[in-house]
Amino acid sequence: MSQIKKVTLKTFRFNAETDYLPYYKHYEMEVGKDELILDLLNRIKWEHDGSFSYRRSCRHGICGACAIKVNGRATLACKQNALELVELFGDELLIEPSSTKRAIKDMIIDKSDFWEKHATIKPYVVTEVDPHPQTESKQSIDEFNNFLDSDLCIQCGACHYSCPALEANPDFLGPAALNAAYRYVVDTRDEAGDERLKITAEEGKGVWDCVKCYECAEACPKEIDPIGKIGKLHNLQFERGVAEPNVATRHAEGFLRGMKKTGYLDEADIVTYSEGWLASYKHIGTAMKMMKSGKIHWHSGIPFINSIPKIKNLDEVQKLIEISQNNKL
Amino acid sequence: MSKQLHYALFTGCTAKQSTPELLSSTLAVANKLGIKITILEEASCCGASHLQDFDEFLAHVLNARNICYAEKLGLTMITICNTCQLNSAMTKHALDNDPDLKARVNEKLAEVGLEYKGTSEIKHFLYTLIDEYGLENIRNKVEVPLSHLNIAPFYGCHNIRPSELHENANGGENPYNPTSLDSLIDALEGNPVEYESKNKCCGFHVELQANHTSEVLSGNALLDAMDNNADLMVTPCPLCHLKMDTYQPSISKTMGRDVELPVLHMPQMVALALGCTEEEIGLNFHVQKAKHLYSQAS
Repeated sequence: MSQIKKVTLKTFRFNAETDYLPYYKHYEMEVGKDELILDLLNRIKWEHDGSFSYRRSCRHGICGACAIKVNGRATLACKQNALELVELFGDELLIEPSSTKRAIKDMIIDKSDFWEKHATIKPYVVTEVDPHPQTESKQSIDEFNNFLDSDLCIQCGACHYSCPALEANPDFLGPAALNAAYRYVVDTRDEAGDERLKITAEEGKGVWDCVKCYECAEACPKEIDPIGKIGKLHNLQFERGVAEPNVATRHAEGFLRGMKKTGYLDEADIVTYSEGWLASYKHIGTAMKMMKSGKIHWHSGIPFINSIPKIKNLDEVQKLIEISQNNKL
Repeated sequence: MSKQLHYALFTGCTAKQSTPELLSSTLAVANKLGIKITILEEASCCGASHLQDFDEFLAHVLNARNICYAEKLGLTMITICNTCQLNSAMTKHALDNDPDLKARVNEKLAEVGLEYKGTSEIKHFLYTLIDEYGLENIRNKVEVPLSHLNIAPFYGCHNIRPSELHENANGGENPYNPTSLDSLIDALEGNPVEYESKNKCCGFHVELQANHTSEVLSGNALLDAMDNNADLMVTPCPLCHLKMDTYQPSISKTMGRDVELPVLHMPQMVALALGCTEEEIGLNFHVQKAKHLYSQAS
């Protein structure tokens, strides 16, 4: 990497009070190897246009204020080396707010949706506190480690505004709020775990609406792995008996039905079992098309009856399910 | 090629059920390129990230069992489904980095006479073609250049994210700017379509419980490819294929625009360029008509 590079910043500009539409302005500058994206934002403001607006505060990756997107990639401006991104995307960098839809002024967005979702899951320890305790409320190192990494969240919104499930379904709680839910659910001092789990289990807004794209894991500047926490919340719903039978929970549990019979997932059974026979009518049209094209086929037996081949040593899978399964619906 | 490449193939469930064309085209490509394939007939479902939601430990046990059979052969396990790749690699990563979990899993596996050691690598077929067989070697084998076709690469989430998990298996592909599928299309002399949605999610995994989300995500990607003049889309993931091929009529309704785009499996595209037979390529198995590509390609 050369020491200095000429870079063009194609920068999103918008003032909700005066502009009808956003526009992009190009700023050219020579960028040195140690400069951060935040340095470039400062230079736009100090050297080009004093009205350019963005949030920044701590400069140490801890306040979460300066989260933006560079070429679509969630970026904490004060942590990200600029030339690293030039190497990845070329010498024109697209500088945009975390969510262009929610822009108020340039990089500054309205994060109210983020905070509303966050508040929904009760992001605090719920417990009866003795005003005059005689002993400390101790936790073991293991108990503490259970939520340590999820507690590192700086609420920058990088994962939240990278989540395509949220983009398509505004009711979805999103990865940041769900990570926060996990943090308190596994806190041994907290007494609202099941209540919180029920909130995260709600159809249409909870964990079952996660599309499993891993965008949040990629976006998080603190390497928290929000989707990993969503996976743990899924498991906790079954472990603590909070999971209600519905299309999503049956879909997760139902994989075992086919696996016990053939070793494979039964593609037809998983639909009818998850949806229930009555609701499966929705899929008849698709099934007919799949039949016509041969996706549902007669090569290996009668469709829906015995068309799925069996794996070798199926008895091993059956035995392992029998001795390793911990959770039930 | 000095030494013959030899892999243990984990077919996954879809290749054995709704996408037989994926298996036949994979085997045809391997055959044309002189790659030896041993199918892991003992391998079960990977759990597809749903069993993992229900019972994570059980999912690890079952995936470890699959990997055991590749280890027994002393071969790299290759996958032809991004989600199989993800879940197998997740189990491998968990067991290789957590001795306690590995011991607990092996305690169960011992009951059926197996032991997970961690000796086999797990790689998607796309990356073995590129990194081990080599793009230049593929280019030399092209019989039917795809030069008439604008091909939109659709990477599928589970081969590129989380990037830390995949970096050894996918040549360090950057999830924000993936290039492997583009370069494969280029090697087959096709024209890679540049479009924003190529590394986005198709929504397959919430097809049942959040249908609208699923349709919107697929619709966005398909329309983005169409608006950038794609003649077809190609994906290394049969789940992306199933969502985006099979549901185009309902996606059209959701999006309020006609969505019509053939979505090929990655090995089908390679098979087309290598001059494999129509029976091997299996475009007849697509819901969205794709058979015209046989003549358009040649």
